[in-house]
Amino acid sequence: MRSAATRDRSTAAGVLLALGVLVLTTLFTLVPAPSAGAAAAGPCVADAATGCINGTVTTADRQPAVGVVLEVDGPGGTVQASTGTDGRWSAPVTAAGQYTVTLDTTTLPPGEQLRDPSGNPRTVTVELGSSAGALFPLGEPAGTAPGDQATDDASEPSDDASSDVGAPVGSSASGSFSWSRLAQQATNGLVFGVLLALASVGLSLIYGTTGLSNFAHGEQVTLGAIMAYVGCQLLHLPLLVSGLIAVLVGAASGWVQDAGLWHPLRRRRVGITQQMIVTIGLSMALQYTYQFFLGGGQLRIVTTNPTMLTLGPVRITMTSVVSLVLSALVLAAVAWFLLGTRIGRATRAVSDNPALASASGITVDRIVRLVWVLGSSLAALGGVLMGLYLNATNWNMGGALLLLMFAAVTLGGLGQAFGALAGSIVIGLVVEMSNLVIPSDMRYAGALLILILVLLLRPQGILGRAERIG
Amino acid sequence: MDWTRILVNTAGEIFAPTTAAYALAAIGLNVHFGLTGLLNMGQAGFMLIGAYGFAISTIAGWPLWAAVLVALAAAALFGLLLGIPTLKLRGDYLAIVTIAAAEIVRLVGRSTALTELTGASSGLRGNSYKHTFQDASPFADGTVALGPFEYSMNASNSWWIRIVGWGLVALTCLLIWLLIRSPWGRVLKGIREDEDAVRSLGKNVYSYKMQALVLGGVIGALAGIVYVLPRAVQPDSMGRPMTFFVWTILLLGGAATVFGPLLGSIIFWVSLMFIKSVMRVGVPESIMRTEQIEQFGWVIVGVTLMVLVIFRPQGILGDKKELAIDVR
Amino acid sequence: MSADYTVPEPVPFATTTAGRDRVTADLSHVARTPGVIKPDAIVVADQVTRHFGGMTAVDVAHLEVQRGAITALIGPNGAGKTTLFNLLTGFDRPSTGTWSFDNRSLSGVSAARVARSGMVRTFQLTKALSRMTVIENMRLGATHQPGENLFTALVPPLWRAREKEITEQAEELLARFKLDAKRDDYAGSLSGGQRKLLEMARALMSRPTMVMLDEPMAGVNPALTQSLLGHIQSLREDGTTVLFVEHDMHMVRHISDWVVVMAEGRIVAEGPPEDVMADQAVIDAYLGAHHDTDLGDDALLEDGIERLEAKEQNR
Repeated sequence: MRSAATRDRSTAAGVLLALGVLVLTTLFTLVPAPSAGAAAAGPCVADAATGCINGTVTTADRQPAVGVVLEVDGPGGTVQASTGTDGRWSAPVTAAGQYTVTLDTTTLPPGEQLRDPSGNPRTVTVELGSSAGALFPLGEPAGTAPGDQATDDASEPSDDASSDVGAPVGSSASGSFSWSRLAQQATNGLVFGVLLALASVGLSLIYGTTGLSNFAHGEQVTLGAIMAYVGCQLLHLPLLVSGLIAVLVGAASGWVQDAGLWHPLRRRRVGITQQMIVTIGLSMALQYTYQFFLGGGQLRIVTTNPTMLTLGPVRITMTSVVSLVLSALVLAAVAWFLLGTRIGRATRAVSDNPALASASGITVDRIVRLVWVLGSSLAALGGVLMGLYLNATNWNMGGALLLLMFAAVTLGGLGQAFGALAGSIVIGLVVEMSNLVIPSDMRYAGALLILILVLLLRPQGILGRAERIG
Repeated sequence: MDWTRILVNTAGEIFAPTTAAYALAAIGLNVHFGLTGLLNMGQAGFMLIGAYGFAISTIAGWPLWAAVLVALAAAALFGLLLGIPTLKLRGDYLAIVTIAAAEIVRLVGRSTALTELTGASSGLRGNSYKHTFQDASPFADGTVALGPFEYSMNASNSWWIRIVGWGLVALTCLLIWLLIRSPWGRVLKGIREDEDAVRSLGKNVYSYKMQALVLGGVIGALAGIVYVLPRAVQPDSMGRPMTFFVWTILLLGGAATVFGPLLGSIIFWVSLMFIKSVMRVGVPESIMRTEQIEQFGWVIVGVTLMVLVIFRPQGILGDKKELAIDVR
Repeated sequence: MSADYTVPEPVPFATTTAGRDRVTADLSHVARTPGVIKPDAIVVADQVTRHFGGMTAVDVAHLEVQRGAITALIGPNGAGKTTLFNLLTGFDRPSTGTWSFDNRSLSGVSAARVARSGMVRTFQLTKALSRMTVIENMRLGATHQPGENLFTALVPPLWRAREKEITEQAEELLARFKLDAKRDDYAGSLSGGQRKLLEMARALMSRPTMVMLDEPMAGVNPALTQSLLGHIQSLREDGTTVLFVEHDMHMVRHISDWVVVMAEGRIVAEGPPEDVMADQAVIDAYLGAHHDTDLGDDALLEDGIERLEAKEQNR
């Protein structure tokens, strides 16, 4: 399909576009792929030549168990799989027959064990074009005295993720209300919101200056997190260095993207809706490129246990405190840049009215390039810190956060950088505090519902003014 | 390299139930985007609603027709709810809201709070809701081979689902053919071009957009039913990527055309199957593992979508003079 | 067109239907003061204001538009003419005020309903639907089409008859506007002037009682100007009321029966064209806007308001 489409219509922009994707792809090829054990399949799709074996591993308290490795062995060869953030795993096989599924019990979350150890490994029969399930329930094995294993220490870093991208340390599952829980969740919400703001501000700036809703912005966030993982875990660099590299790679990717893709598209006068659909294609291509090289499992940027601080009723990791301070400094710098510097004021002028700005001597293209670089590096930084905050990252982390970013940006008024900051903090608080009233795996849904309600009641956002004089 | 098997597998995709389901979904999206210019980025949400509506009411013991009606009604209601806040706003707001709403449906569906109803993230097993559909088949059970293609008559991935699926595709194509040529279709086309102009001519633009949103969504729900009949209802397999595949299919075949979605779906699945089958045989395990081939396929889909939108936004069948993807 | 201005016997509050003479007669003894009461008003607006942030774009205390007359709305850039147009036709919501059309209140009525009640408008920047053919553009303008209902649309026999009717009507109008040769061309392929003509012809498909034209002459090739003027005048002969915004003083003087002058959102003068053009207040209003500022600034203001209007419409 692709070759047919490109062959007869390849132009300069096409080449540049391919280059852009290639550059990102090569960035990953330079990095040694992780061992097969850490890799896992994406969702397996059964078709005429593929059968799937799948299942979900949940902990005793019905939370998904993340990063559990399983091995499938049979007529079609050996396939390894590991559970994703939702506890699901799936393995594609290319021949029908009986397969042995073995769960590697050493990869179970701390304190968890198989309810029926004799059921591991188990045998399943698979047909091509359909799926077969293999379930491994966790819990108290029959005959063991209950109680001992059940103690849940919140300070233990656990891989348990309660939603698409995991839960922060100290986050508690839904339960009864208490003031200390409220304070805890509010703190988590604030941290989450500030980190989200790093990512959203870029999204908002890009929207403001170019009018583009960038659906691939989530992948910029993932890029940051993944680069930090690559630096720390594969190249064994210190966190600070890998973080810095991640931000630089993010900035470079912003530059490359604008120079190789968006600038040519603007020059060709490709409509903004068309460009938006291009971002969707880009997002899809990038997500699966990440997965191609790093697998579908959880990637932990740091593996050491975080240091916990206790401030009154609130427990917070040292990392979160540092992240919070760092983000606040960076956001303040961005604010100073937008308000206090000549080029920042030019950026806001472009955002207000590109034609007018251009007429008054501002080089709009240079500003847009700058915004892409700035937005992408902020997203990368947000990705690194988010990956630390959530304890792990994966190929889809940014994708899962994208809608929250959109919610934040819309809430604050599309295209308004400071609105995005306020919106992010509100969304962060909503996401974390909704735990108090709704099941934690629905917390993102709550934030998205707020997005829809805001559009219904106040489409210009919290900070957007209904009326403004040009 | 076993070319016969590869070719048979690939040719099987031409009339596979999945191809029919995606064609239907793309026809629904065509009503939104191709005819009206609405940026629905949550078609998978409509499909998932249809699938849940059908499966849950069948499990509750409702007959086939009632279950289908429940699915369609649920999708219509979903469309109404989405349309009320957004159809008066700029186009990209609808995009954000539909994508968010589809995600809400998926997140709520997979939530452990609703395990009894939706089976949470493991979903609903196919066998729990397939029976009414299989019982409705007029054919005798057993396996039937047509040339190299051999499927069971009624069970699961059957001839029966193929007949019904493609029958529905044909019916909706006829529906779209009639509508595109009618004054109703003319109003939608006018809205796609410039809704203020249409408003100044006395047409209730809001109502027409709503009709289009609901109609396309209901067709999407139908697609959802066809999609889950040969498999299971799994919320995570019906998320954002599914919506994006539907978009790729629509833009590949050609938006605002009658047969574009159909052609797009066939080309999409046939090419994907062909590429993956060849790579599975031709690329050694040491270079690319089985699951990596899968991911490589999706990377190709993403790049195809980008290239298509930039270089041939009218798709294979579309007329560039008639369609430009540009919504205010 | 009679050139003599001998005023016929005054007929107080006469109800006229058509013709320049009748209209001239009706308006001849109306006072030349802003917001004056007309003998047979089709549009009556009261206290209509529109604020954008701190700026007042429109502040009209009272305005009446005479039925069957051609009324021109003039004023310097940024005077609020287009905003007033948008308010009257339901494309914008006023901050305060009420107005009626044909004795029915139209305040808060949607743009589509305003059009259906017989007041149809055109736009300053033509909105020809460029990816539809000329004839399809015309058909879209017709009202009472059963085929525009989703369910009826599926059964062509139910709407074929009406479709034939409106196609004939459209062809007649196209012939009148000399667009019949372009019948099956995409509207996008027409010249700017032809698009203006098409937009006007399309508006007439619904047989409106009042047509609102926003700068019908802007960007029109001088060769077409004369025929456009003719079309507008023939509307009056058919008894259609016309209100138009225009900058071309020549045109205003040539065809309008009554002129309303706006400046800074207010109505500053009203009267027959000859009187208004000589009015010191009008000259001041125009000069005032250009006296100590340059044109560039004005254009900026207009631009700003248009953007604001676009924003408002998106809400």
